[in-house]
Amino acid sequence: MAVKTTNQKAWFFVLPVIVLVAFNAVIPLMTVVNYSVQETFGNNVFFFEGVKWFADVLHSERFHASLLRQLAFTATILAIEIPLGVAIALTMPKKGVWVSVCLVLMALPLLIPWNVVGAMWNIFALPEIGLLGRVINSIGIDYNFTQDPVSAWVTTVLMDVWHWTSLVVLLAYAGLRSIPDAYFQAAKIDGAGSWAVFRHIQLPKMKRVLTIAVLLRLMDSFMIYTEPFVLTGGGPGNTTTFLSIDLVKIALGQFDLGPAAAMSLIYFLIVLLLCWVFYTLMMKNEDQ
Amino acid sequence: MSMISLKGIRHSYMPSPTRDEDWALKEMSLEWSDGGAYALLGPSGCGKTTLLNIISGLLTPTQGEIWFDDMNVTNEPADTRNIAQVFQFPVVYDTMSVYDNLAFPLRNRGIDEARVDKRVREIGEMLDLSDRLATRASGLTADGKQKISLGRGLVREDVNVIMFDEPLTVIDPHLKWVLRSKLKELHQRVGATMIYVTHDQTEALTFADQVVVMHDGGVVQIGTPVELFERPKHTFVGHFIGSPGMNVLPCTIDNNQVMFAGQQVQTVNIVGGASVERTEIGIRPEFVSFCENGLAVNIVKVIDVGRARIVEVRHAGHNIKMLVSEDTPLPGAETFIQFAPAHTHVYVDGWLVGGD
Repeated sequence: MAVKTTNQKAWFFVLPVIVLVAFNAVIPLMTVVNYSVQETFGNNVFFFEGVKWFADVLHSERFHASLLRQLAFTATILAIEIPLGVAIALTMPKKGVWVSVCLVLMALPLLIPWNVVGAMWNIFALPEIGLLGRVINSIGIDYNFTQDPVSAWVTTVLMDVWHWTSLVVLLAYAGLRSIPDAYFQAAKIDGAGSWAVFRHIQLPKMKRVLTIAVLLRLMDSFMIYTEPFVLTGGGPGNTTTFLSIDLVKIALGQFDLGPAAAMSLIYFLIVLLLCWVFYTLMMKNEDQ
Repeated sequence: MSMISLKGIRHSYMPSPTRDEDWALKEMSLEWSDGGAYALLGPSGCGKTTLLNIISGLLTPTQGEIWFDDMNVTNEPADTRNIAQVFQFPVVYDTMSVYDNLAFPLRNRGIDEARVDKRVREIGEMLDLSDRLATRASGLTADGKQKISLGRGLVREDVNVIMFDEPLTVIDPHLKWVLRSKLKELHQRVGATMIYVTHDQTEALTFADQVVVMHDGGVVQIGTPVELFERPKHTFVGHFIGSPGMNVLPCTIDNNQVMFAGQQVQTVNIVGGASVERTEIGIRPEFVSFCENGLAVNIVKVIDVGRARIVEVRHAGHNIKMLVSEDTPLPGAETFIQFAPAHTHVYVDGWLVGGD
């Protein structure tokens, strides 16, 4: 006969977590949900508006434009950072003192605060006094990220690649190092060339870490704010105004709490949806 | 197909080996005849895998040469040596089907698809994988994956030698037996030389015609299972092979007489004259028996191992193990034992006297 002991005291041990999660996630999120269905003219007076703000945001040209910019930016940096990160990881030494040297060098950009990264690149890329800006202009290319949209985009993308490729490198390197030697020995005996080794051993074995890398970069780049804000402030014009910069402009610049709340919920759902789609696609055929 | 000769092979993983311990593999010369079934037996860390990797070309020996028939392959890479190797943990290309896995070594060598197809189906048949050729290799169980690794070796018709590096480590016990008989069967069918590395004496003795016993980076004895059992050349072999292992007892040699704990012992061999070196007698538990008048002993422990009993007895501070059949009646706690003279050997410094 099975004796089942019921001990309700266990709930007390879970309580701190519940309180913590409530305060840092559930309550703020619910506040946003609350704002998203109301209109206010200040003085803490609110009017119920239903789903009006959601409809407005979804039909707004401005939202469409910044969403498009956001998607373009994220797609660009993913297309550069993932292959580049894998390529660097493949060329990194496998043993010896240089491993630590490379790992530290790789980790450095990740340790720099985001606004410092923005400030660094801002100064670095200034056409008059910045090293990068001066060099590019001196070889005859007209480059000015404060006035020219293409320059602004290139600089923003370059900055993100500089800042975050390391993360992909570290993850890919960890994935590569965890492949047992026997695989490479077997491939050698089977007469596989280096492309076949990459295609049939290294890439499949890196699948999990690359999934994590893609998801992290997807989410982070989709929510990017600090670096482009410090670098370009969203300009010139609105050309580098990504979703979160736009959101802050609406919420704090124009103080449109309702539309901003509705937009942030839509924003949140888009990130969630993208992550789910990517995860499902990349994990397809796993554990079969 | 070819005969493999190792000539003065020596290997160290260190850049500049000086001391004796720096060598993972001590100098050795060996010949493996074409079509033989060999086992490399020894405890972990004795250099078995090093030797295997040298033959396969994954390692280049620090010294010495490897010849396949009359061709020096010492500096040939693994893929041109035409060897196959099955590793301890199954190596399969996860994203490929079983079929593509088997075809991989052939396709890498640019063999035309019709030939590839014929070979893959043939080998699939041989390994009982025919019905799973279309499935993804990652979905198979450990024994299926090991079969694929083996198949990737067999699929090449020109393979010189197939090497197994403890291939049954991750296989369930009841499947080990099945896979082992499969290997035996394949050896007869394919006729390729097979070298099987293991630390499990049962695996080695059931698989191989010739067993190479290694210890501390050197080869201690090469022989048939019967030779290893009846005439171990070194006390290590005696101890490592057999269950329980051989009794090794210190002895002195006086006037051409072997004395153990003050009593004379009849042996097969003897070393002439008095000796200052370490002398021991080796006697397998199977050849120790109870008697009316012999060495006086106390019974210390009796272990029932099914059809037989292991009886541990003690004489003058030395423990001696004996293996007696289960229907032999056990005498009282104090009794006498004797050693079968035809199976009692003298060892000097661990080596069998007159063993060469």
